[in-house]
Amino acid sequence: MREKLESIREIAKSRLQEVKDRKALDGLRVYFLGKKGELTSILKQMGKLSPEERPIIGQLANEVRSEIESFIEKRGQQLKEEEQNARLAAECIDVTMPGKHNALGHKHPLSVVLEEMEEIFIGMGFDIAEGPEVELDYYNFEALNIPKNHPARDTQDTFYIDDNIVLRTQTSPVQIRTMEKRKPPIRIIAPGRVYRSDAVDATHSPLFHQIEGLVVDKGITMADLKGTLEVFVRRLYGEDAQVRFRPHHFPFTEPSAEVDIQCFACHGEGCRLCKGEGWIEILGCGMVHPKVLSICDIDPEEYSGFAFGIGLERVVMRRFNINDLRLFYDNDLRFLSQF
Amino acid sequence: MKISTKWMHDFVQLEDMSPRAFSEALTMSGSKVEGYEQEGSEIENVVVGQVLSISPHPNADKLVVCSVDVGQDSPIAIVTGATNLTEGDYVPVALHGSKLPGGVNIKKGKLRGVESQGMMCGIEELGLTTNDFPGVIADGIFILTDECDHTLGMDIKKAIGLDDMVFDFEITSNRPDCLSIIGLAREAAVTFHKPFALPKPEVKGGHGDAAELLNVKISAPDLCYRYAARVVKNVRVAPSPRWMRERLRACGVRPINNIVDITNYVMLEYGQPMHAFDYNLMAGHNIDARRAVDGETITTLDGVERTLTSDMLVIADDQKPMAVAGVMGGEFSSIFDNTTTIVFESACFSGPSVRVTAKKLGMRTESSGRFEKGLDPENCIPALERACQLVELLDAGDVCDGIVEVDCSDKTPRSIPLDAEWINRFLGIQIPEQDMIDILKSLEFKVENGQVIAPSFRSDIECKADIAEEIARFYGYNKIPSTTIRGSAQGGYTLEQQFKRSVNTAMLALGYSEVSTYSFISPKEYDRIRMPADSDLRRSVVIANPLGEDTSIMRTTALPSMCQVLGNNFADRNLSAAVYELATEYIPQEGQALPLEKKCVILGQYGPEVDFYSIKGAVEGLLESLRVTEYDVTAAKDEPAFHPGRCAKLTIGDKQLGIVGELHPLVQEAYGIGSRAYVAMLDFSLMYENHVADIQYKPLPRFPAVTRDLALVCDDNIPVLTLQNTIRKAAGQRLEKLELFDVYKGKQIPEGKKSVAFSLLLRSHDSTLTDAECDSMIQKAIKALHEIGAELRS
Repeated sequence: MREKLESIREIAKSRLQEVKDRKALDGLRVYFLGKKGELTSILKQMGKLSPEERPIIGQLANEVRSEIESFIEKRGQQLKEEEQNARLAAECIDVTMPGKHNALGHKHPLSVVLEEMEEIFIGMGFDIAEGPEVELDYYNFEALNIPKNHPARDTQDTFYIDDNIVLRTQTSPVQIRTMEKRKPPIRIIAPGRVYRSDAVDATHSPLFHQIEGLVVDKGITMADLKGTLEVFVRRLYGEDAQVRFRPHHFPFTEPSAEVDIQCFACHGEGCRLCKGEGWIEILGCGMVHPKVLSICDIDPEEYSGFAFGIGLERVVMRRFNINDLRLFYDNDLRFLSQF
Repeated sequence: MKISTKWMHDFVQLEDMSPRAFSEALTMSGSKVEGYEQEGSEIENVVVGQVLSISPHPNADKLVVCSVDVGQDSPIAIVTGATNLTEGDYVPVALHGSKLPGGVNIKKGKLRGVESQGMMCGIEELGLTTNDFPGVIADGIFILTDECDHTLGMDIKKAIGLDDMVFDFEITSNRPDCLSIIGLAREAAVTFHKPFALPKPEVKGGHGDAAELLNVKISAPDLCYRYAARVVKNVRVAPSPRWMRERLRACGVRPINNIVDITNYVMLEYGQPMHAFDYNLMAGHNIDARRAVDGETITTLDGVERTLTSDMLVIADDQKPMAVAGVMGGEFSSIFDNTTTIVFESACFSGPSVRVTAKKLGMRTESSGRFEKGLDPENCIPALERACQLVELLDAGDVCDGIVEVDCSDKTPRSIPLDAEWINRFLGIQIPEQDMIDILKSLEFKVENGQVIAPSFRSDIECKADIAEEIARFYGYNKIPSTTIRGSAQGGYTLEQQFKRSVNTAMLALGYSEVSTYSFISPKEYDRIRMPADSDLRRSVVIANPLGEDTSIMRTTALPSMCQVLGNNFADRNLSAAVYELATEYIPQEGQALPLEKKCVILGQYGPEVDFYSIKGAVEGLLESLRVTEYDVTAAKDEPAFHPGRCAKLTIGDKQLGIVGELHPLVQEAYGIGSRAYVAMLDFSLMYENHVADIQYKPLPRFPAVTRDLALVCDDNIPVLTLQNTIRKAAGQRLEKLELFDVYKGKQIPEGKKSVAFSLLLRSHDSTLTDAECDSMIQKAIKALHEIGAELRS
């Protein structure tokens, strides 16, 4: 029997080595170890052995069994690995082919930058206010210290609906509507469409967007105005953006200023982009005129505030290096899909 | 406002500095320099020369060879075709390697075999006109007049006075005083801490008393605050001297003759528009500043007859208006070469009145543009005196003694308390009161007993904040510190604004790109979208002064804008498009001044593999993401803009949530969309009002679900939604999900019928459903379906 066992061990080893797939391997397992298998049939003859031989042969049989088992196990692992490798090799694809995805929509470039601005101001504690685009002359002009026949009306070519109703020429009327509705402290921005009767060309559009800002509280100073707008400009244009506040005139602020940013192209040397000035105007601002506060029933002796207005299109044009304002309203997907 | 540096130096002496430095400093103190230009900067290497001899050209009849002394060791030879030269003439000579305006380079060269070492220039070749040098002809060589420096070899720019530095200022509407050399010189003096000197004009007079020649009356003191006049006899109309012409030219004014030039000169120097009448053409010698009579006419200097109204101020003689006050003079009383006696007018008119008049008559003039900003009545007399002083200086006439004047102007000084503490607090700075007083005094404000009194020319100063601005701009805006607002505030989007952002996020995720369209359209657009003639939506907010018909009304529907976007993209050869806009529609409201500004989400789409269900799917996706769940869908067969068989209406109760459909072929055609196109419109407010804002978690199911399929045959015209609703109702709450998976027409299905297959997911939340329970639910559904004419497909 000993010889038989030894022979089974050798045969098993060699047959297992030759087996090529896991199904055949399973067949061999049954052949050698199954209930009717080679090893079992030998063990069935154990009874015929002498009591002295029995434990020795028994031990040997167990050794052979566990050896074959571990062999099958090992061979099984090997075969699995080979099969997997073969499958993986066969499944090779061209990974440079384009991926599948649903078409993505593109935000309008004006929205891209507007949302960025909104988030900057929200971070500084501002709310977003809204107002009508078809607006009363009172809110668009009168309450902003621009009476009828004031020369400042010339700088804003107005679309009139009738004597008392206009398409708002600025987002500033939202200042008045806000101050009428709520009392200080006020911190709002009001983005929206505004209208001026400018013929369409590369830098003019009868419809464009502004972002108005208004802060009113006790003890608001011009230094606060500077600080707030500087933070805004740095967040929008980068920490190293250089700004200057230049005296200007708006009827509804006093003192008034325009804010210039140092030209990105020439860093203040003067170039074509900045028309040799070294600076590019980006917004208008000032301390809310006491008359405007009074009109809104806010006591200018007790409260002060500042306001500002930013033209969105110009900021966006500069951001993306867009040279023609008309592109914003042509809505050509070849343009829109770039954002 | 252009100003000549030479002229400004009459009033303030500035140290030498670069024009850039000057511009920066003035800009930062509040007078913005838009640009500057060195006169003659395009001219190089052109000098004064003298023609020594003129000899015929050996090879050309029409050319001559001149020997010209240009201040060098020996004369140079120049060939020219000009015929206005004589020996001894002084001329501008462009030497070899010289430059002329317009990028012209002059080099020596041979002309018909004779070497020419340069070119003699005509006046226009130097960038000037014959107005700048009266008597000089345009088509010939510029023979330097006696007014020019004749030093041979001298730079021509210096010799003819084309060497001024000109600054162009942007003057804001609140500072009409800065629309003058004196005003800007004053600002410059304060900016650079230099003394400012304004000499008082002296007039000798001595030619009779003006009061005997002229009477002045103001009948409309509400429109004319002050009227002053002086009379000049024996007027000698002639060209003005070179220095005056030069200064006018630098400021962009064409020199005409001494009298006209004086009025312009004074206007530029003092900021006071002047007018001159021919005394002998006046009917009677009484000047009245009165309102026009309705229908009265005047032919203005530009030769146009104007009809006036009673809100307009005129300057009239005994019979008729001689000028539209502050706007333009009349033709008949203007200065001609044979004028002998003139009346100089220096007046102060009401700004709004001049503005309205100029606007109504459609004639904005240099004068009206100044008056409408509100001028200083105290400036009338100095300006008038200056004009007469110049008349004497130029020997342009004999000035009569005395000013004939009526003054109704308000002399009350505007006095504002000087509250240094408030100013410091308001600006966020700390400067001593004395520094503030110094700034104010340098600007000619008076400070007395704690009160600031603004000079008469500063009508813009009305309140404390105005004083603060004066302090701030000369202290330096950029020296004001930057601080953060005290106190904390919580900012953020409102719920509705957040909802708006959710719409955008969902649309982008669904693959639609955002567009931005004009809010105004042409009324013809309503026809193009086949809007019925009697539709309420044809009543739009109309723009009274539109740029053009195509942008003349505010849209009541965003549909035309979307159709245009699709049409434009189709024309741009974009093969497919999927776009959306959160658009505003402007709906007039009965009894309300302002229209309702209604927000709508509009989607538009075309392209291969796009059909009705593509855009409907997007709408469903949008509504799902916004949690608008409860709405009905019905076929809409009578929407004129849409395909009658491919349009659905979405409703919530009796309100229309939106519409989705294929555009009517005629609409597609009208907008040049060459393929089937689809549009959906949704009411933003209705979506917002009906969305489920509050999310509540439902426990996950603990019992297994059972799937059953139902294949039905029914009439083709029964909508799937009807079948679905029938099944849902019959199967009850335990029908968790009902999905359409097939619709089939054709073989094996009778004509006019369709096969519809659904998959049903059944589940109970408190037990495992038995087969019997499921069968019973299915049987109920089958029975209900039978009642509406849908049978189980065998």
